[in-house]
Amino acid sequence: MFSKAHIAVMTIITFVGVVGFLAPSAHAETPKDFLNSFQKEASGQPFSAARGETFFKTKHGSDWSCASCHTDNPAISGKHAKSDKLIQPMAPAANAERFTDPKKVEKWFKRNCNDVLDRVCTPQEKGDVLAYLMTVK
Amino acid sequence: MKIIDFKILFVIVLTLLAMVVTMSIARADDDNEGYGGWFGERHSESRDSERGGEKRGKSKMPAQVNAKFKKECSACHIAYPPGLLPAESWRKMMAGLDQHFGSDASLDAQDSKEITDFLVANASNRWSGASAPLRISETSWFLREHDGHEINPDVWKNPKVKSPSNCGACHTKADQGDFKERNIRIPK
Repeated sequence: MFSKAHIAVMTIITFVGVVGFLAPSAHAETPKDFLNSFQKEASGQPFSAARGETFFKTKHGSDWSCASCHTDNPAISGKHAKSDKLIQPMAPAANAERFTDPKKVEKWFKRNCNDVLDRVCTPQEKGDVLAYLMTVK
Repeated sequence: MKIIDFKILFVIVLTLLAMVVTMSIARADDDNEGYGGWFGERHSESRDSERGGEKRGKSKMPAQVNAKFKKECSACHIAYPPGLLPAESWRKMMAGLDQHFGSDASLDAQDSKEITDFLVANASNRWSGASAPLRISETSWFLREHDGHEINPDVWKNPKVKSPSNCGACHTKADQGDFKERNIRIPK
């Protein structure tokens, strides 16, 4: 009923359709990608790992700093300040999953900056922190 | 004659043992309300004297656990089984996630809705009061299950326990929604 050519074309179209459907969910970013997108949003100075480190370890007027849960050494595991729940390392060199999922990064920056700073973090601050985390081995 | 007596005795003892073991297994339902093994006390299931009718559900955790709930709600603590609180408590909690016991635990609208629907659908089906507490550890059923008759008050001072919200400190399989008596190990 169907010619070989017919079947070949239908197969190719199905394959392309399936791959096209799956492609967006297979999309993962790298820490460098995040750094670039923060840089685009931050029209100011280039990022500074040193500034990021200070920012990470300072209390900004409330009880917690980033280090309160993530510890002073982002290469090791931390724990939640209240529940003691284990938190995997933040440094990409120590944990390949960090800064690969845009939804996850956005969610945790929103929550944690609200807790630590009572506001959102600026793209400059996010970039500085990420620059710092990328230097930690 | 002596040897035959021994055999009969042996068979009788074995039978008694088998009976006791079988009875124990037969009572081992999922919803172990304080059944402390072979000789432990049995709490009454139908105790409507719970203050304000605050009773946890017949099932604490449903057979089908929503994946998003499990992932998102275990980021900082164990994913508390929905059957431990009434639907209204879960609705209130999910509506105020940015002020979740002192932390911002907010989710995007889609995730929030999916998780809320799951919690509400599987909330306690035995809660007869109008109350909707946010803290599981302040409900009547919790206070009764963990009162001085059940637990030595010194346990709460143990730094390994830290807080009544830390189920996993004693309930070794709490993260799986399993609170069976046999899986409790109170830390020293």
